[in-house]
Amino acid sequence: MLNPENIGRQSEHRNIVVEHGQLKLFAKAILETNPIYFDQAAAQAAGHRDILAPPTFSSCLKALAPSTELSYDSLGIDYKRLLHAEEKIESIHPIYAGDQLTLIGEVTNIYEKKGGALQFIVIQTKILRSETLVQQLTSTLVMRQEAA
Amino acid sequence: MVAQNLDFSRLNVGDQLPPLEFGAISRHILALYCGGSGDHNPIHVDSDFAKAAGYDDVFAHGMLSMAILGRLLTNWTAQENIKSVSVRFVAITQVLDEVTASATILEKTVEDGEQQLTLEIATTTQTGAKTLSGTAIITVPQAM
Repeated sequence: MLNPENIGRQSEHRNIVVEHGQLKLFAKAILETNPIYFDQAAAQAAGHRDILAPPTFSSCLKALAPSTELSYDSLGIDYKRLLHAEEKIESIHPIYAGDQLTLIGEVTNIYEKKGGALQFIVIQTKILRSETLVQQLTSTLVMRQEAA
Repeated sequence: MVAQNLDFSRLNVGDQLPPLEFGAISRHILALYCGGSGDHNPIHVDSDFAKAAGYDDVFAHGMLSMAILGRLLTNWTAQENIKSVSVRFVAITQVLDEVTASATILEKTVEDGEQQLTLEIATTTQTGAKTLSGTAIITVPQAM
């Protein structure tokens, strides 16, 4: 069960360095063909300072730098009943390999539909580089409740 | 593939972007995406776990389809022009489903000299069933 008292709960500040190998594996998984997303020399030749993180990679940082304070266990989220409902990615600045980033998450809403059969949790995550907001993520997750 | 410079004057509401046919979501792709994304939820890679959770088999990460939409967009325009991407996950993508990403220009606006497009974006599977549905906001720089 999701507890509405967790609305407003924040994660600790999570620091992560964007690794070249991580971006290369991500590019491989999505069959990316543009080398600016997996080859440092090609990225730099195209005017980027390093390998560019693709538009949705920022969302992966949530899992790569997991929060203890907002862990699925502590929020009552069960993988077996979990589905992703919505995701919004707002890009203010690009993210590159080698970037040192800080993630701060906050539970911004918890609500239910269909008489409690579906429970929703909205988590907003700000990604900062040197205290500048670079991306903002809004994830809505849904949990199916067991039949009574 | 190198994204082309966009000419705002030649883009119109209703225009479709070149679709991206990703092909079948194999178990190998799911394993790579598990590691590449950091999303280690076993329901996408462990069929025993998926069956215990009441599913017939593993199914794809919703964010994998969103990443395929990202590829469609960055094939079309430079990434710095993509201001936001927002999707609803409307149906599960089963393992071995063939995913195609598509986008259509929904709105074309100029505000304070900033040229902006709103795209309607979606992924579908081989049956035509929609799996993701959403919008992307693209700014188009003034031509030099």
